[in-house]
Amino acid sequence: MTIKTVKDAINDALVQSFEEDKNVILMGEDIAGGKGREQYQGTQDAWGGPFGVTQGLYTKFGGERVRDTTIAEAGFFGAAIGAAMTGLRPIVELMYVDFAGVCFDQMMNQAAKVRYMFGGKQKVPMVVRTVVGAGFRAGSEHSQTLYSLYTHIPGLKVVAPYDAYDAKGLLLSSIKDDDPVIFMEHKRLYMTSCEVPDDLKPIPLGKGRIRREGSDVTIIAIQRMNLFAEEAADELEKINISCEIVDPRTYSPLDEELIFQSVKKTGKVIVVDESNPKCSLASEISSLISEKCFSDLKAAVIKITAPHTPVPFSPPMEDFYIPSTKKIIDAVKKLKDV
Amino acid sequence: MIEKEKINWIYKKIFTIRFFEERIKKIAKEKTVPGYLHTCIGSEAICVGVMAALNQDDWISSTYRNHGHAIAKGCELNEITSEIYGRKTGICKGRGGSMHISDFSKGMLGSFGIVAAGPAVVLGAALQEKINKSNKTCVSFFGDGAIHNGAFHEAAGLAKLWDIPMIFVCENNGYAEATATDWHLNTKELSDITKAYDMLSYIGDGNNVFEVYDISKKAINEAKQKNTPIFLEFKNYRFSGQYEGDTQLYQPQEEIDKAKQNDPIKLAKENSSKYGLNKNDLEKIINEAKEEVDKAFDFADTQPWPQPEDALEEVYVNYPVEINR
Ligand SMILES: Cc1ncc(C[n+]2csc(CCOP(=O)(O)OP(=O)(O)O)c2C)c(N)n1
Ligand SMILES: [Mg+2]
Repeated sequence: MTIKTVKDAINDALVQSFEEDKNVILMGEDIAGGKGREQYQGTQDAWGGPFGVTQGLYTKFGGERVRDTTIAEAGFFGAAIGAAMTGLRPIVELMYVDFAGVCFDQMMNQAAKVRYMFGGKQKVPMVVRTVVGAGFRAGSEHSQTLYSLYTHIPGLKVVAPYDAYDAKGLLLSSIKDDDPVIFMEHKRLYMTSCEVPDDLKPIPLGKGRIRREGSDVTIIAIQRMNLFAEEAADELEKINISCEIVDPRTYSPLDEELIFQSVKKTGKVIVVDESNPKCSLASEISSLISEKCFSDLKAAVIKITAPHTPVPFSPPMEDFYIPSTKKIIDAVKKLKDV
Repeated sequence: MIEKEKINWIYKKIFTIRFFEERIKKIAKEKTVPGYLHTCIGSEAICVGVMAALNQDDWISSTYRNHGHAIAKGCELNEITSEIYGRKTGICKGRGGSMHISDFSKGMLGSFGIVAAGPAVVLGAALQEKINKSNKTCVSFFGDGAIHNGAFHEAAGLAKLWDIPMIFVCENNGYAEATATDWHLNTKELSDITKAYDMLSYIGDGNNVFEVYDISKKAINEAKQKNTPIFLEFKNYRFSGQYEGDTQLYQPQEEIDKAKQNDPIKLAKENSSKYGLNKNDLEKIINEAKEEVDKAFDFADTQPWPQPEDALEEVYVNYPVEINR
């Protein structure tokens, strides 16, 4: 057992995948960094992306497989699709998910549809690694989550790990998976850590996880919201309210069964999602529950989300934007009294 | 000949930008300034030289590396600083932050965090000027990294096709994040990429504010005369990291040392007597610039924070239901 940060766990999964399969390649902006000019050589492999996640890969595996790209997302995302269709397993990095717009077509229309509309003859085994999340004071264009944007598209799989254990296990699976996978890494979680076994097996996509067993209220938490759900559950335990926390971990496919089992047990549900509320994972999960578990529900599902605004920059406003532990506690108390 | 008033303006602005950026760098080390800071040490001559050729109501776009453009375009120092600090009286009410300093009333259309988002937006402003037969100059500032992005090329192609006299200003500062410019160039000169659009282009020394001014002024006239877009490439050096906190390990010391010999502030000082400024004049300008920067930071420190619920305002011009979640 070793304690690992999310950042290092992802790096480990990348290294392991590169070693296991020579068809795995990585493309992205500044994923190496420091190739430098001919006449002056700076430190090679100095960056590893803005969060240092891919550091060391360029030195270890070379520029043929670890390709620093220009700021041409539509180009290298498209290239990943063709490379995947013909035998490679490309991993591409979208530095912030907010840049999805400049290359969304490649994912929405090509990657997602190649298999279906070409009669099931082809597959696109690629992974998009991208950084999501508010709470970094990074402003409106570097703080979104956009989970539902990708989850909405048939043909794409969507994964969003909370801790280092899941990050490693799910990335290993995502790279082995034969479909295009969007793997979302939360910038506020990179430096959090937990135990990760060195020989961790891939964690199958579509399997959620009960992070805490409880009997009074179910909290379904999306990615970083697990942190606040845990904090809330700790507080509530002190006043004898028992919360069950469900982390779906992957959003397409979604482990509906796990969610429904918990709803059957408690009959009271809160969904916490840091995204905007309209057509969100929160609204999707809440509607599924209403549809499939109506008779188990003792109260309407409560959604705690960001407001219908872009992510504001200034700390007081951004803190207000992000769902909080307090909001979860208040909601649980409200449900408890039902 | 440049008028005396303009020379004073140029010197004042170039020092203000340098002092402002040095100050924010220092503060960022001492205490937490919220968010990403992309300072523009080394870009001062480009910011000031181009802006010296513009009127206050001409349009520009900038990027996340915008402090210099904003200061040169006439945005209020107090408001810029308050914005960086996230205060209510900031230039964007604390909603934008350092990366998005913008002030429509000063002709600053917007600072975009998405690489290459600006050129097409400025193309639209220039199209409006053309359709309304107005004559404001439209300039988009972007970096060497942006020329690889499709959005830049689409804007360039349309600008040429539609005979739009806008100015593309590419600041070639040697790096796009941690990647050296020449590692990614397919052409000998960066500006050679405009050949595909049969677009006029000029290359200038981005460290020499008077050369930047001269080239910009001529280009603006030529663009309007010939009804054509023009691409300007100004070469300089990014002394700052990509952002504050960047280790800059990929920037070798010899390279930095060599670039320091052409530091735009150093060159401006060396040239000052040629432009009729004596030692006292220069000192006076420097002191004024310092004082204004100091005042702006003192001001920002005392400014109120926004209310949390202010986050809900101004998402739309008109929206029939209250945004309360
Ligand atoms: C579409 C898009 N891709 C990637 C980024 C991340 N990014 C921010 S700045 C930057 C480098 C830009 O370099 P350059 O255009 O030379 O401008 P400079 O920072 O040197 O002023 C990158 C890749 C982004 N903001 N937008
Ligand atoms: Mg650059």
